Amino acid sequence: MDAVVCVKQILDPEMPASAFKVDETTMTVVPPPGVQPVISPFDAQALEAALQLRDAAGAGAISVLSLGPDSARDAIKHGLAMGADEGYHLNDPAFEGGDAWTTALALSKAIEKIGRPDVLLFGRQAADWDLGQTGSIVAELLDLPSVTVLRSVQWNDGRITASRVVSDGFETVDVSTPCVLTISNEFGDPRYPQLRQIMQAAKKQVTIWGPADLGLDPGAVGAAGARTKMEAFFVPEHEAQCEFVEGDSPEEMAQNLAQKLRQAKII
Amino acid sequence: MASVLVLGETADGGLTALSAELIGAAFRLSGDLDGGVSCALIGSGTADAAPAAVAAGADTVYVVDDSALAQYQTETFVPVAAQIVEQDAPQVVLMGQTSIGRDAAPRLATRLDTAAAMDAVELSVDGGRVRVTRPCFGGNARQVVTIATAPQVVTVRAKSQDPLEPDPTRTGAVTQVAVDLVSPRATVTAKEEAQSEGVPLNAADIVIAGGRGLGAPEAFHDLEELAQIMGAAVGASRAACDLGWYPPSQQVGLTGTVVSPTLYLAIAISGASQHMAGCGGSKNIVAINKDVDANIFGFCRFGVVEDYKKVLPALTDAIRRLLAVR
Ligand SMILES: Cc1cc2nc3c(=O)[nH]c(=O)nc-3n(C[C@H](O)[C@H](O)[C@H](O)COP(=O)(O)OP(=O)(O)OC[C@H]3O[C@@H](n4cnc5c(N)ncnc54)[C@H](O)[C@@H]3O)c2cc1C
Ligand SMILES: Nc1ncnc2c1ncn2[C@@H]1O[C@H](COP(=O)(O)O)[C@@H](O)[C@H]1O
Repeated sequence: MDAVVCVKQILDPEMPASAFKVDETTMTVVPPPGVQPVISPFDAQALEAALQLRDAAGAGAISVLSLGPDSARDAIKHGLAMGADEGYHLNDPAFEGGDAWTTALALSKAIEKIGRPDVLLFGRQAADWDLGQTGSIVAELLDLPSVTVLRSVQWNDGRITASRVVSDGFETVDVSTPCVLTISNEFGDPRYPQLRQIMQAAKKQVTIWGPADLGLDPGAVGAAGARTKMEAFFVPEHEAQCEFVEGDSPEEMAQNLAQKLRQAKII
Repeated sequence: MASVLVLGETADGGLTALSAELIGAAFRLSGDLDGGVSCALIGSGTADAAPAAVAAGADTVYVVDDSALAQYQTETFVPVAAQIVEQDAPQVVLMGQTSIGRDAAPRLATRLDTAAAMDAVELSVDGGRVRVTRPCFGGNARQVVTIATAPQVVTVRAKSQDPLEPDPTRTGAVTQVAVDLVSPRATVTAKEEAQSEGVPLNAADIVIAGGRGLGAPEAFHDLEELAQIMGAAVGASRAACDLGWYPPSQQVGLTGTVVSPTLYLAIAISGASQHMAGCGGSKNIVAINKDVDANIFGFCRFGVVEDYKKVLPALTDAIRRLLAVR
């Protein structure tokens, strides 16, 4: 069971909301001091899914693939430390400023070059821009079935049985390989790399590719190839003025709250 | 030719509320575009919902009604949708940000050699292009995006758009469309319905939600008791769901359900951005939290700073008495 897991390095989504600032002119996030970038949490879960599938199948190579700047190497190393075998880094100035389309295009070319795996794993969405598109676009470009937003995956003798989270419950899906799977938070916690594994991963070579290595024109990727354009980027105002309900005892506070809700015709 | 094509959804033979909202949005957008509003109903038993789509504002309704489409499958749905888009040639395609929309929109857009924008909460038209405002960074920020290719595929968040007043006297053309169905490589072999007792989360006018600060799963019984008195649905933060205290189907937030009730009562929830992404649109947020600095108070109309264990029983009593004299 060979797998490619696509991982993105992002701003830590668990940082305090109060530290989140944007520059509206450059339409970028102002890097908060002391907050380290991390592997997107659903992508770490996708790695965990790949490792579990390989265990079930008995053997296989797991490749970690990321498109991003130099620092994205750390996200690849995280995957290697978790137990993946090979790292691939799409790193070139031409990739900058892309959208889901250009990212998926480059990833799909890289996946073909790595050699078509049995399973392609993605996060349900990257926890920065929250697009939730890349896995499905790659599936479409490579003409593969896609099963999205999964809470569990099982290796079934060359097929996959997956449990998909839908608005009114769960669907059990049976799918042939090769296929694209996107993993949701219900999957459960990914393993945490041990120090020894982190040291081993640090020594591993990561293959770096640019557009030419993927047979892509630099004008087809990054900002030049993007199909969507960001027109504005801002932090929304929430104008709520909280009225703290007082009282001499918790019981009185509760009664006062009920009264206020009634007076405001909310209940 | 339409300017906006809505890919509507049906449930139990009726048009979903979100589909009517999409048609309402399409109607408003079409005022600044060239052409009318059409709506495709793809599924099984969808023909029955066609009159409702016309009443909701569609000029043309395409019906694809086939029992083989009863269960949504990516690989059967996408070519059918693509065929209708090609036939209708709209400038904009709208879908709901639902289990179907999130799954199908990126593939459909790619098949049509264009791009999609996901989870719109505001829509407008400028120079013939739709400006899509969408939350990102776990709800911390918003971006406005446009799509340079055609058609512009957009998924839209539930309750972000107003439907038109349904008008049964409106007229529209209803066309049955014949399609060839592809047999999918992925098939749904079983479905597990979330056991949702009481009011469904996304339809509730009042939501009472509990978080990790409840301290124990049993506390959700107390929330359920209050919910029953108020006719409310019970939700939970992801922390509470991850602990196994409440079913994941009841999770509110970025990766759970998005709710926008009249009253959202958050009990022992800190108000992380990813949680607020799912309830920030509520008309009134009220929180009980023992930490005066909890992020949630920044979104609140009313707040109580106290141990919820001391407040909730008295609140339940007070509300029971108030509602009894109604
Ligand atoms: C990519 C991503 C997606 C996410 N998606 C979601 C999502 O969809 N939904 C979601 O909810 N979260 C989501 N999260 C998690 C989110 O960041 C928070 O971790 C989570 O919402 C915290 O849940 P909580 O408020 O219940 O717990 P905590 O943050 O631990 O807050 C508990 C609160 O309870 C209060 N408290 C404690 N004891 C008492 C008491 N006795 N009485 C009163 N108050 C008390 C505390 O003061 C505290 O404010 C996501 C995170 C990431 C990174
Ligand atoms: N730059 C990237 N490099 C590698 N994988 C990515 C990248 N961007 C997105 N992905 C993958 O696609 C998933 C969905 O991302 P998105 O469509 O951006 O929300 C992520 O969880 C990753 O698995």
